[in-house]
Amino acid sequence: MALSHIRLRQVAGQVATIAITLFGLLLLTFVIGRMMPADPVRAIVGEDASRETYEMVFNQLGLDRPIWEQFLRYLGDVLTGNFGTSIRTGQPVIEDILHVMPATIELATFAILIGAGLGIPLGVTAAVNKDRWPDHLVRVFSLFGHSMPIFWTGMIALLVFYAGLGWVGGSGRMSQFYIGLIDERTGFLLIDSLLAGDRDVFWSAVNHLILPASLLGYSSSAYITRMTRSFMLDQLGQEYMTTARVKGLSRGQTIWRHAFGNIRVQLVTIIALAYGGLLEGAVLIETVFAWPGFGQYLTNNLIIGDMNAVMTCVLIVGCIFILLNLISDLLYRLFDPRTK
Amino acid sequence: MQDPILDVKNLCVRYPGAPADAVRGVSFQLGRERLGIVGESGSGKSTVGRALLRLLPGAVISADTLRFEETDLLALSERDMLKVRGRRMSMILQDPKFSLNPIQQVGHQVAETYLRHFRCTKAEARAKVLEMLAAVKIRDPERVHDLYPHEISGGMGQRVMIAMMLLADPDLVIADEPTSALDVTVRLQVLNILDGLVKDRGIGLIMISHDLNLVRNFCDRVLIMYAGRVVEVLKAGEFGQARHPYTQGLLAAQPRIGGNHAPLAVLDRKPEWKEEPLP
Amino acid sequence: MTSTARPHSRLPAPLLALRNIIAFLWRTPTSAFGLIVLSVLILTALFAPWIASHDPYLQDLNNVLQPPGNGHLFGTDELGRDIFSRLVWGARITLRIVFLVTVVVGPIGLLVGTTAGYIGGRFDTVMMRITDIFLSFPSLILSLAFVAALGPSLNNAIIAIGLTAWPPIARLARAETLTFRKADYIAAARLQGASALRIIVKSIMPMCLPSVMIRLTLNMATIILTAAGLGFLGLGAQPPLPEWGAMIATGRRYMIDSWWLVTFPGLAILSVSLAFNLLGDGLRDALDPKQMNRR
Repeated sequence: MALSHIRLRQVAGQVATIAITLFGLLLLTFVIGRMMPADPVRAIVGEDASRETYEMVFNQLGLDRPIWEQFLRYLGDVLTGNFGTSIRTGQPVIEDILHVMPATIELATFAILIGAGLGIPLGVTAAVNKDRWPDHLVRVFSLFGHSMPIFWTGMIALLVFYAGLGWVGGSGRMSQFYIGLIDERTGFLLIDSLLAGDRDVFWSAVNHLILPASLLGYSSSAYITRMTRSFMLDQLGQEYMTTARVKGLSRGQTIWRHAFGNIRVQLVTIIALAYGGLLEGAVLIETVFAWPGFGQYLTNNLIIGDMNAVMTCVLIVGCIFILLNLISDLLYRLFDPRTK
Repeated sequence: MQDPILDVKNLCVRYPGAPADAVRGVSFQLGRERLGIVGESGSGKSTVGRALLRLLPGAVISADTLRFEETDLLALSERDMLKVRGRRMSMILQDPKFSLNPIQQVGHQVAETYLRHFRCTKAEARAKVLEMLAAVKIRDPERVHDLYPHEISGGMGQRVMIAMMLLADPDLVIADEPTSALDVTVRLQVLNILDGLVKDRGIGLIMISHDLNLVRNFCDRVLIMYAGRVVEVLKAGEFGQARHPYTQGLLAAQPRIGGNHAPLAVLDRKPEWKEEPLP
Repeated sequence: MTSTARPHSRLPAPLLALRNIIAFLWRTPTSAFGLIVLSVLILTALFAPWIASHDPYLQDLNNVLQPPGNGHLFGTDELGRDIFSRLVWGARITLRIVFLVTVVVGPIGLLVGTTAGYIGGRFDTVMMRITDIFLSFPSLILSLAFVAALGPSLNNAIIAIGLTAWPPIARLARAETLTFRKADYIAAARLQGASALRIIVKSIMPMCLPSVMIRLTLNMATIILTAAGLGFLGLGAQPPLPEWGAMIATGRRYMIDSWWLVTFPGLAILSVSLAFNLLGDGLRDALDPKQMNRR
């Protein structure tokens, strides 16, 4: 069939694109890793190691080989899942990262729910009331979210809602009191605590999650709001909206059933991309909230200069981005009847 | 004319921020007949159609009388207007490529009109839709029901549009350039379908077009509009007696098969036509 | 109205355009706010020695963590330094970041974008693939990686931000170039035997410059937040430099009892990035709206 042939070529093209991007990603992390002025050998053997030990490790790391050979070795290592060991924990880096990832995913997922829950209705409101006061209000509100230094807002929020009002939990994923009480099965604390049937821990977790997730969500809602508004504006001017009105549908029905229905697919792709952007905010917010996730892991290793861990983190973020792009692309093809 | 469906006296429409009215002093009555409104783009003919359905957001509509059957359209709240639109008065739009929602199956779009105005089950609505699709001469209604707008041709799309707008059995249908986006070959076919349904069901029709030739064959009467005003009203058979120079100009600018090969006349437009009262 | 416009037409064209744009921005309250904040920032940076009430580095250990008032408008920090004066001097650092990033990003983005767009073919594909690889990282994380490799310092932070901020500019410049490439005057220049380099530098780059500048303004808020974030993580400006993000990082320890240590620098960052965002938003309205909407 001609159609499936085209499909096949599309898929092949996409796979090639991903492969090239991945290769570029690896090249980039490799180059950044080599740029480092800090001496990787010294980091391992310490300041007062003998010359022999130094050279041994130097050769062990393959640093005596030509640079392209080093790259090939790095490529081979990564492709076989060997990302090296962390200097700080002595564990394979990838295990460390898999261990901290659920905390970040939990945070980011709640954040994106809040961000989309806030951004989509605001964007629709702004579009429907274009150039009137709700539009201006939404614009200022979302630009505010886009402009705040999230590490600072995090601190102020902690100061107000935790230290001042006592409405929410402080830093960490749960109260100190509960740490170690719950078996780690999935790594997602909300799920684990429910599996263990421990309501107290569950509510403590929710209490600690709500503030950082809201802040992250607010900051990502700016992007979602703006895109929703501009997508909606495109649709509101379409002729099928007139058709819907002629049928006797109310304004609300035309907006939500028809215009909104037409931007759903675009929104999903936008939200997938925003989800990737949350990782960026997570690095800062996790530091402020002492959230034991990916961001904190990355910054901790940055400060002590553990390049194995840092580069693996960067690589993984890059992969997540590629993956999200791919998913959003797939969703688009899956849900838009016009692409079939 | 006894018992007109629509009675319009001195209709004026002004868009927000515009220096002058887009439509000025338009008056006409409509029975169970087919009325054409003809004019160039910008003459206000589409504005008249949309004003009747009160579809012009922000525009100021005023009239001495704007009566549809026993209803005063200007006095209706938006809520009550929703019950008029689609149910008692509806409109066929120009281009099915844009006027159908691209991500909904056409059958569902047609059914929406019915579900909006009648209490019924989904199955009843579906049966009604299939019946209507057959009535607009779609050969395989079951199949077309589940297609998306991009999967059907323009002519088919416009028949779906007709089905959608006639489904709730309105008393008045406004057709706004219903065939100008279609291939020449299917224009007549679509028009015949529309014409047949309107006649059979005794629906009043307002056909808005820039194409005088097309309209004279399908309408009982024609209003000629220029710069927001009606300059002349003609019965279908009386085009030869057109008195207004603008109408004469329009007629002269029509190409004719087998006519002489002299260049077509260029339309003459005089500023005083904008002001002078109806003859 | 033509008579009133006449006296200004003596101004050179770019200045006239700038004047018109500022006049437009001034009319909307939000972008007017942006203009005001940025003017205040620039004036503060220029006249820092006269505006600051104290030496920003002068420690006074008898006078630490003083609340606002008592001769210290915004209080003092953990080493007894005057916070207001540090903020004022910090404006210079912020401006330096803005200026240097522009100087790094503008030329790189322009060069990559215009050459890729003009030359086209393989070269274009390769360049855009590289751009996409950079774009596939969130900018903060890539800057983190660069700073980690280069070593923490203000200048390295600026270089790192510059290295991550050019891809959107390159994409924009390429898109612009593609529209200009077919223009008649480019063809005329080519027929006269002008070299590709000459055409790019003399004819295409100047045409891309305005939209690139607007785009940079739009991205400046993100750049300032990234710089502050790097400072906060201890990877940007190092103590005792009065960089706002770094001030927040050191103030964090005393936050519970001395709220003013983190509050004022944070407000400073917020207002400057908000100002850039509002200004960018206004510019987007004033100029081509479609193209600027993209990331």
